[in-house]
Formats: sequence, C-alpha cells, structure tokens
Amino acid sequence: MFEEFLERRSKKIRQLFEKGKPLEKLYPVHEAMDAFLLTLGKTTKKAPYVRDAVDLKRVMSFVVIALIPCILMGFYNTGYQIQMAKGAAHSLMGCLWLGLVKVLPIIMVSYIAGGFWEVLFAVVRKHEINEGFLVTGILFALILPPTIPLWQVAVGISFGVVIGKEIFGGTGMNIMNPALTARAFIFFAYPAQISGDAVWIAVDGFTRATPLAVAAIAPKGASAIAALSQAGYTFQDAFLGFIPGSIGETSALACLIGLIFLLITRVASWRIVAGCVLGLTAMSSVFFMLNGDNSLALFSLPPYWHMALGGFAFGAVFMATDPVSACATQAGCWIYGILIGILTVLIRVVNPAYPEGVMLAILFMNIFAPLIDHFVVRQNIKRRLARAPRK
Amino acid sequence: MVKMFLTKSDQKIVKEGLWDSNPITFRVLGICSALAVTVQLKTALVMCAALTFVVAVSNVIISALRDMIPSKIRIIVQLSVISTLVIVADQFLKAYMYDVSKQLSVFVGLIITNCIVMGRAEGYAMANPPWKSFLDGLGNGLGYSCILILVAVAREILGSGTLLGYPVIPQTFYDHGYINCGIMVLAPGAFFFLGIIIWIQRKISGYTEES
Repeated sequence: MFEEFLERRSKKIRQLFEKGKPLEKLYPVHEAMDAFLLTLGKTTKKAPYVRDAVDLKRVMSFVVIALIPCILMGFYNTGYQIQMAKGAAHSLMGCLWLGLVKVLPIIMVSYIAGGFWEVLFAVVRKHEINEGFLVTGILFALILPPTIPLWQVAVGISFGVVIGKEIFGGTGMNIMNPALTARAFIFFAYPAQISGDAVWIAVDGFTRATPLAVAAIAPKGASAIAALSQAGYTFQDAFLGFIPGSIGETSALACLIGLIFLLITRVASWRIVAGCVLGLTAMSSVFFMLNGDNSLALFSLPPYWHMALGGFAFGAVFMATDPVSACATQAGCWIYGILIGILTVLIRVVNPAYPEGVMLAILFMNIFAPLIDHFVVRQNIKRRLARAPRK
Repeated sequence: MVKMFLTKSDQKIVKEGLWDSNPITFRVLGICSALAVTVQLKTALVMCAALTFVVAVSNVIISALRDMIPSKIRIIVQLSVISTLVIVADQFLKAYMYDVSKQLSVFVGLIITNCIVMGRAEGYAMANPPWKSFLDGLGNGLGYSCILILVAVAREILGSGTLLGYPVIPQTFYDHGYINCGIMVLAPGAFFFLGIIIWIQRKISGYTEES
C-alpha cells in the first residue's frame, strides 16, 4: 500500500523531469535524489549480469560508513582540545557538542560548494550526479584544521572538484584524489591558515605545536620521544587521537576501525594499506638506525610513533586506497603503497619545510600509479610470452 | 577600420595566430616565459610588446632574405637575425624602462630561444613573402599577448590584490578575513589559468588532440 503510494508519487515527479518538460535540464539532480532515496527501478535485460549487489553507489556509501568513527572522534577531539586549552571541564557530551558546532559548518560548506559544481557539471554534461562526491566532500572536511575560514573551504573544494576531477572527465577519470588536491591547493595558497602552531585548536590566539612539529623543531641529536613527552604528548594520546591536528585524522584507532570495515567489505585494497605500513616501517627504521649525535631529532622517532602521528593512518586507509587514483594491478598496489610509506617518512624527517608528508606522498604516487600499472602489465605480458611454446 | 587596410586573406593570416592556431593554447609553445612574467600585468605587457616586436620584424627580415639563405645554415642565419632584434629590444628596455627590465631579468634575452619566434621564422617566413610574414608574426605575437594578459590580470588580482600596481580589492574584503591567494604568485598559478584557458578555447573550437 505504502509502496504503491511511493511508486505513484515518484512517477508523477519523474514526469516533470522528462524530455520536453519544464525541469528537463535538472534531470541528473532528480535521478540522484531518486536513486538515493529509493532503489533503482532498472533491471538488466541482457548479459553480462553482475552477481554482486555492490555498485559504485554502495562502494561510496561504504566509505562514508567507514568514516563514521573518524567523524565522531573529530567532533569529540575538536571540542576536547578547546576545553583543554581553556582549562575547562571536559565532559563527553560537552566536547561532542562544542566540536559539532565548530566542525559541522565546515562539512556543510564543503558539501554545498562542492555539490554546486558537481550538479553544474552533471547538468551541462548530461551525466548522472555521482555519489563519489559524498566521499570527497567529507574527506576534505576531515583533513582541514578546525580553525579554517569557511570561505577557504569553499575555494578549496571548488578547486578539488573542478581542477582535480571534472577537468579530467569526472568521477573515475581523475588522476589525483580530489580531496587531497583540494587540500594541497589550500596548503600552498593560504599556508598561514593550514600550517603552523596556531591553527590546530579552535581557540583564538592559542598556540600549540602538533606532535610532528614538536619533534621536527627539537634540537639536533635530541631524542624525539623525550621532546614529545616534554610537550605533554604520550603515545596513548597519539594513538587514541587526543592530540591537536586536522579534524578527522588525529585518531589512529578510529582509522583502524574504518580500515577493518573497508577490508571486510573489500572496498579498500589490503595490499595498498599493507604496503604503506611496510614502507613507513622500513624507512623510519633506516633513519632510526642511522640516528647519531648530529642527526635531526626526527631520526630517533621509532616506526610505531610515525604510524600514530599526523595523517598517516587516515591517508593510508582512506586516501591511498581510493580505487580511482590508486594502482589497479596487485603487484602495482604493493609498489604504490610501499613508496607512499617511504616518501611519507622521507618528507617528514629530512624536509624541514613540511612537518607532515602524507598528503604530498599520496599525490605524488597518484601521478605515478598509471606508470606503475603500465610496467606491471608489460612485465606480465613478457612473462607469459616467454612461457608460450615457440613456433 | 581593419577592413580598410587588410584584405580578407590578410585578416585570415592574423586570425590564424590569434585564435585558430594560437601559439600558446593550440601549439603550447612559449610556456616558460608565460609562467615567468605573468605574476604582474606590467611585466607581462612589456614582455608581450617585446615578443610581438621581435617575432613580427624577424619574420619580415627572414622572409626578405629567404631566397638568399643557404638551406644548410638557415637556422644560424635565423638565430642571428632574431638575436640582433632581441638585443635591440633588451637595450631599449634597459634605457627607457630600467625597473621593468630588471624584473624581467633574463626573460627578454631568452626570447632568442622562444619557440614561437623560431617556429614562425622556420615554419612561415622561410616560405612566404614579407608582408604576409609580417602579418603572421603580428598575429602570433598578439595571440601570445592575449593569453599572457588574461593570465597576468587574473594572477595579479588574485595573488597580490592589485592591477598594474593599484589595489583593486576593497579593504573591507581584507577586514573580513579575505587573504590573497599565495599560489597565484608561484608558477603553478599560471598553469591553472593556462589550463583553464586552453580548456575553454578547445571547447569553443571543438579541437581535440586525438582526432
């Protein structure tokens, strides 16, 4: 009875958007809402049939679900850092509420501004509005500092969607991860609002260096762990996420929960994540062993600290595994992941200009992913040709 | 007015350089200087004038000499004509616009190696009479200039908030938290705009690399 009612209503609404009707141009908008709210009425009539019910829409909504721990932790930690800075009491609900007030506008601006471009391109190019944007919009919001001015959020996501994605032909065609492209743009365009000591805690005039910055500015030959504990950072806080940083990436634990979900649903490639961890461990171990009296303090930061600090966990789980911009071959995934891990540590440790290296490492490897795939495929062809019987 | 001086075929030659085979958006030549001099409109204007002068005049001279140049050493001859003109332009700037000349630094001198100038000399002036070559040089110079000016206007407004050195973004914007976009002052800023201009132009002209 209710279904029939829905059916009739949606048919009536659909008529408004058909060819020759007044709202014809906005058909993609209607299509997206329809698919989002109801299930698709279309059934495949010809082979090949897909056995799995998982399509692009579901894949994307799985990623959003996997992000929930990070989002909640982002709300809580933003509020928690404010309360800590003020020296005020920090109850669970109080912190959540404070964080919600700070973070929700950022998420909304990201969705609205990015959604505007998404809809515009869908209407002009007459393709469907893609659910991929639901992921890009939230990912971008989660990798910004909580103090970011809202107009910069709008500028950044516009850049990410238009230059990072639509220019290449839309979802599935982009070379680089759009959310990271957007962040890189803000990072180089307005460095004062996204780096330094004053932006990570949403209290005016309050400065506190992020753990990675603390370790980076410690004097040569000093122990990074000692510098961190002196600044009041414990490993437990870093792992659980009670440290200043970008909104959604402080908690390695929340990323881990998201990762488990993504691996169970097989949305993310485990090879990429394993590669990232392997590369990071290997490179930071090398630095750890090279550590001497005259080396930078970051040399002495052991691998497990590297994993918990900064955006590494978030980047490896949600950004590096983006199926569009990552490698597609299995061997390629390993190479791609390992190189991300290595580059991350390299940028963190030996480049004093950038305390964090995950963003640049992933973008860099995004560009190389097609090349890696190319060589893997060629190698495979060579191997099989050699095995084939000679004529 | 244009019609009084130029015949239809003459106009076509100029239009070719301005739009259909614009040296920057179609041939993607001269990008290096396009990135370097477009931080401010003033330097871009001077660079455009210098390049248009060099490419137009060198086309005329090389075209006039084209039957006398032995083909084996033609590149050397072309280069000496071009470099003479570039030195003239460079000395002129040093004499009359010293500040701008300082800002442009090596980029005026590097017009010698600019692919547009060499390309027009080799590709057009060597095979066409002087008047046509002049128009071709003019069209290409102006085509280059149009794109550079567009990019420079956008970069100076967004990157420095000024135009020709005068502030154009109202102070109230800054009071409300607006900040100049730092990346526009760096080379990538020019790449973004060049890319967008190429995108728009190819959308209009329907040109694609694949076809």
